[in-house]
Amino acid sequence: MTQLTGILDNKGTPLEKQQFTWKEMAGQPISKLDDDAFTRVRIILMNGVETDALRLKHGIARITGQLRQPLAEIRRVEQHQATMINWLIGADHSPLETTIAYEQVAIEVTAAVAQNEPDPYQAQTYRYGLLEDFDHLYRYSAMLDRLEGKDPNNILQGYTDIVPGRPTSQHHRHPENDLRDSYAKEDAALITKIHAALITGAEYQTHDYYQNIGPLFADPLARQLYAEIASVEEQHVTQYGSLADPQETFMEKWLVHEAMEVYMYASCAEQETNPRIKAMWERFLDYELGHLNIACEYFKQLERRDPAEILGGPLPKMVEFKSQRSFVRKVLAAEVNLRSSGTGYVDKAQEPQSSLDYRNQLNSEGIAADIVSAGYQWAPGTELMRKAS
Amino acid sequence: MAHAAKLGTNVTGVQMSPKDTESLLEAVNEIHPDVPGDTSGLMRERAERASEAERIGSVPLPGSAKGMLKSSMDMLRGKSPEILLDKMGERLAYERNGVRLYDAMIAKVKGSDTPDSELVGTLQHIRDEEYEHMMLVARHIETLGADPTAQTPCADVVGVLGMGALQTITDPRTNVEQCMNALLTIELADNAAWEMLIELAEAGGHPNIAQDFKHALDQENDHLVKVKTAMRRSLIGQVT
Ligand SMILES: [Fe+2]
Ligand SMILES: [Fe+2]
Ligand SMILES: [Fe+2]
Ligand SMILES: [Fe+2]
Ligand SMILES: [Fe+2]
Repeated sequence: MTQLTGILDNKGTPLEKQQFTWKEMAGQPISKLDDDAFTRVRIILMNGVETDALRLKHGIARITGQLRQPLAEIRRVEQHQATMINWLIGADHSPLETTIAYEQVAIEVTAAVAQNEPDPYQAQTYRYGLLEDFDHLYRYSAMLDRLEGKDPNNILQGYTDIVPGRPTSQHHRHPENDLRDSYAKEDAALITKIHAALITGAEYQTHDYYQNIGPLFADPLARQLYAEIASVEEQHVTQYGSLADPQETFMEKWLVHEAMEVYMYASCAEQETNPRIKAMWERFLDYELGHLNIACEYFKQLERRDPAEILGGPLPKMVEFKSQRSFVRKVLAAEVNLRSSGTGYVDKAQEPQSSLDYRNQLNSEGIAADIVSAGYQWAPGTELMRKAS
Repeated sequence: MAHAAKLGTNVTGVQMSPKDTESLLEAVNEIHPDVPGDTSGLMRERAERASEAERIGSVPLPGSAKGMLKSSMDMLRGKSPEILLDKMGERLAYERNGVRLYDAMIAKVKGSDTPDSELVGTLQHIRDEEYEHMMLVARHIETLGADPTAQTPCADVVGVLGMGALQTITDPRTNVEQCMNALLTIELADNAAWEMLIELAEAGGHPNIAQDFKHALDQENDHLVKVKTAMRRSLIGQVT
């Protein structure tokens, strides 16, 4: 796919044919042990995309009456898509193991996006956030090892490094330093808009997940660690959420979101190794083409413009689902000391006092991210199995 | 659901990704922990939080007037009668959960690729006895003037403990042997808990209750033997 407008000739599955049964939605999970980690990465990511589809459409319905019904109809499908996808995570994943997988998604997908992103400022922002989720993975890995006695690499399957990044204790910034400049809708490439919608949605679900499961833990340090990192994920939503142009009309935002869903399901279908899951990605790709076509019709009606104004232009290759280890390593070496000042990036020596004060107050009664990871070094089979040297 | 273990494409171990593991270890050797120390800070913090924590809840006061009267007689016999009451609440919760676990286990066995009707019969027998025990404890909580519908602290905590067994048995992908292992854990603990409860009832001055509970303990001993035997038969049978 090089042009999205080209594939719009394909009308996809009509909305009334986008049907599910309960049994199908609550179907067989993937195997935590036998499926490739990237199958789970795609599942978590696409659940995030679908829940964000709901979020956006609710937002639009709140501010405009005329689309209430079509949005409600499409939302019902997005809901069932989200369910069928999210229920693929088996119950043998402890919430902490699923958390490891969530951070793997954030790292590998944000790294792929950062490399594909043509706008240098937006790409810088992805690299900036990347190093924080990279550090979250390290802290949660220590927690998994030291709380449950499990090896985080059983989830990561060797694709992702488990070492410190920009320390979590330093992620907490004054909100004024979490805002970012947005792209300008007239100048930005379609892929830039797609990336912003994608990563914002992914971070949103990570935030919501941590916020919901944090209190399920009994261990006081795990509870506090989730409180700390959930707060950072809210910062990430703030950061990535400000990348999109607030001047976009709601119809433009809707078009971009459906286009993003199309692009993402196409990416998933192209690379999926589990045939049963691949069939689901293909099915949902057709569903999304249906949504996108409906959105295009309303766009023509309401804005009297050609959807190609938004959806035209070339698209780069699909999002690559693979280990981005060498890219991440390079970013880590070059940018771990970056901090944000307003919407810009500066060296850690220039970090604004507002963030330092803000963070010192929050950290003043102890930092779980530091306590649980003190001296933690990943070793095959957990640190308890490290061979005495 | 298929039976027992099978060789396949498990990708969790480092031997399945030697090159990636090499890169990962290289990163670990180059980039060291940024926070000095070890797990002792975590342990210290846990101890501190434990010292600050409030209790999970309380044993309810006996409610009914009839209960009050009775309890003021019966409960005065022991030094801290709420201990016995709490543990009886625990047993009631555990046995009630046990009935549901056996129900789930029976469905599991019926759905296996080689349903074992003898095992179904055994499980049904144990299930019915767990039900009897549950009703027995409920009755004696009432004789103490207390409310068997209240969730005591120990009942609450034992519910947390039981979640692992419940998750194991109700997952359609787990096999009979894996779930029998969960039941083995349940029965081992059940057994010891009844012994303890009998001693507690005697020490608390309730010989009649203790006497009734002895019958339940006999049955629990039989459950343990039955579960162990079924597991042994199935596992050993597969390797010989
Ligand atoms: Fe969707
Ligand atoms: Fe994160
Ligand atoms: Fe994040
Ligand atoms: Fe959609
Ligand atoms: Fe029993």
